[in-house]
Amino acid sequence: MSFYLSIREVWRNRGRFVLFSLVIALITILVLFVAALGNGLANANRQFIDKLDADLIVLQENVDLNLTSSRITQDKLEDIKSIAGVAEAGLLAFSSATLVFDNGLETLDVSIIGVTPGELGNPSLLEGNPLNNSSANEIIIDNKVADNIGLQVGDQVSLRSIQGEDESFFDLTIAGITDERQFFFASSVIMSLTTWNEVRPQASPAPQSGDVLGNMVAVKLADGVDQSIIEGRLINTIEKIEVADKITVIEAQPGYGPQQATVNAQKGFAYLIGVLVVGGFFQIQTLQKVPQLGMLKAIGTDNRTVGAAALMQIIIVTIIGILIGGIGVFLLYLGIPDSVPLSFNVPTVLTAIGSLLLIGPIGGLVSIRIALKVEPLTAIGLSS
Amino acid sequence: MTTALEITKVSKIYGKGDNAVKAVDQVSLDVKAGEFIALVGPSGSGKTSLLAMLAALLSPSEGSIFIDNSDLRKMAEKERTRFRREKIGFTFQANNLVPYLTALENVSLMLKLNNVGNKESIQKAEQILVRLGLEDRLSSFPRQLSGGQKQRVAIARALVHNPSLVLADEPTASLDTDRAYQVVKTFSDLIHEQGRAGIMVTHDLRMTKHVDKIVQMVDGKIVNIISNQIEIEALSANDSFGMPIQIPQNTSSQLNIPLAPPPTVSTPARV
Ligand SMILES: Nc1ncnc2c1ncn2[C@@H]1O[C@H](COP(=O)(O)OP(=O)(O)OP(=O)(O)O)[C@@H](O)[C@H]1O
Ligand SMILES: [Mg+2]
Repeated sequence: MSFYLSIREVWRNRGRFVLFSLVIALITILVLFVAALGNGLANANRQFIDKLDADLIVLQENVDLNLTSSRITQDKLEDIKSIAGVAEAGLLAFSSATLVFDNGLETLDVSIIGVTPGELGNPSLLEGNPLNNSSANEIIIDNKVADNIGLQVGDQVSLRSIQGEDESFFDLTIAGITDERQFFFASSVIMSLTTWNEVRPQASPAPQSGDVLGNMVAVKLADGVDQSIIEGRLINTIEKIEVADKITVIEAQPGYGPQQATVNAQKGFAYLIGVLVVGGFFQIQTLQKVPQLGMLKAIGTDNRTVGAAALMQIIIVTIIGILIGGIGVFLLYLGIPDSVPLSFNVPTVLTAIGSLLLIGPIGGLVSIRIALKVEPLTAIGLSS
Repeated sequence: MTTALEITKVSKIYGKGDNAVKAVDQVSLDVKAGEFIALVGPSGSGKTSLLAMLAALLSPSEGSIFIDNSDLRKMAEKERTRFRREKIGFTFQANNLVPYLTALENVSLMLKLNNVGNKESIQKAEQILVRLGLEDRLSSFPRQLSGGQKQRVAIARALVHNPSLVLADEPTASLDTDRAYQVVKTFSDLIHEQGRAGIMVTHDLRMTKHVDKIVQMVDGKIVNIISNQIEIEALSANDSFGMPIQIPQNTSSQLNIPLAPPPTVSTPARV
């Protein structure tokens, strides 16, 4: 019965309801884009670390887990490897440089990441071969760069970095291609630590001798060991280090927290606007219907039916709005340039849609309450 | 004829203490199945309050109401709702119809509420709408109907589910005289044909031509019941100026009838 009533009411006032659905659609578009933007920004920041097959990250102490400030030496790596419960460990180093192309393409800023070939930190590959120790001047790029620029395994690219007062150029050969791994807002170019040490921006062109320095050590634990126990063991055994899991490290990077907080605040406001708009619309609409609802109750319609019809109507309109909004997002997404860091993934979209589905009923609570409280006596022009 | 409605010493007091208003005062009345009654009286005399109590919309302060031998006092809120949809037919002064349902759907709604199947609901609704001369307006929405057509749809809805008691609060208030007259005539015919107990509240004595009894209320009390057909005819014919309730002293029987307040000529039509 409530379905019968709500469907007919929506259908026969479809002009008005579709117009209102469009408002929900706009809110849907806003929420989905903000969510995708948050996701995209987060990915741009953290994708490399996310995809790292590591349980723990070891950094220098007293750097607030800041990856670019932290320095870790090769000796520390050996110490870490010797701790019981550590299955694998690898030293990683981060910096940035620029890929330049001779065929007129724009230069591309990249994150250059040094790893020890064969050790933890080397990405899984879609194509080509992994880095190998002897092969200096080989790199692995991510498929987004490969596709955008049109690079293939075996191609040579030129990497530019500032060393001393001059620009230095290095010819590097693409050994393999991995999936998308952005880091610090740039695509990753992965190379051996030796190569990295040679090509990274530095104060003087000559490669520094001595211990190879990295920024962090990625640690993979042996099966079944307790993470916090190993954490304790690492900190107690090795001097001047700090240990944290991946999420903690990501969240500690400068700018990451405020950026996500901004995005989340925008999402929150969009939801709030949704709740208020839905609330306002249905409240006005229900107030206009009071005499009609009184009449329906007077002729014997159960209060439950009236309430359920009100709720169903809100749900129908919200779903239509979300559908229209979803289609809108899809169409807009097709037209948005690649450079905008939008990333739609299933969990984000589902969470956003789930929350949007809730704003209807939450916003409509007041109007449902009004509908439930209408007295049948009003139909006859009296009140109790 | 069986008694469909038994009202015994029913009173309704609104408010408490100094503010108490006795809107209905010790009213007793029996209505038989197939009997059509006009409830008349000046404004504020308690007609609507009485009607609301008969409709199980309002609880009496005292007294008892039996409809088809069911005691309204013994019913909880839910049962009363169910009782209304099963046993009572309504037409209201305004806002009778659901605006987004067609005439046919408005009438069949009453059956659907009573869990009658879709097909049967529509068939029965159509039958009665045709009987009321609305065969061309079945799929019209209320906003596309004239006042009289709307009232006829409401009457159809009030009768379609075979209620025991049909209550109509000023069904003609928004109609011009000719149309009002037609509506009441059809209403009366159907009530007699189908053997329902019908009560119609009206301000307009001319509308009482086809009723079996005129019950007059003043200050919450029944002050006069006229059941003599000749008197009824005379009364309804006499009121030739469309004036509200103005029962001539000489025609009324034994009771001394207080005069109603001055007639309010041309009350603005309500939509
Ligand atoms: N909720 C209420 N609270 C207090 N008094 C009320 C309430 N409802 C009605 N009354 C009073 O009860 C009396 C009877 O009112 P009622 O509406 O039943 O009269 P009526 O005969 O239907 O009048 P009308 O012809 O104007 O419709 C009036 O004096 C009215 O003011
Ligand atoms: Mg009244």
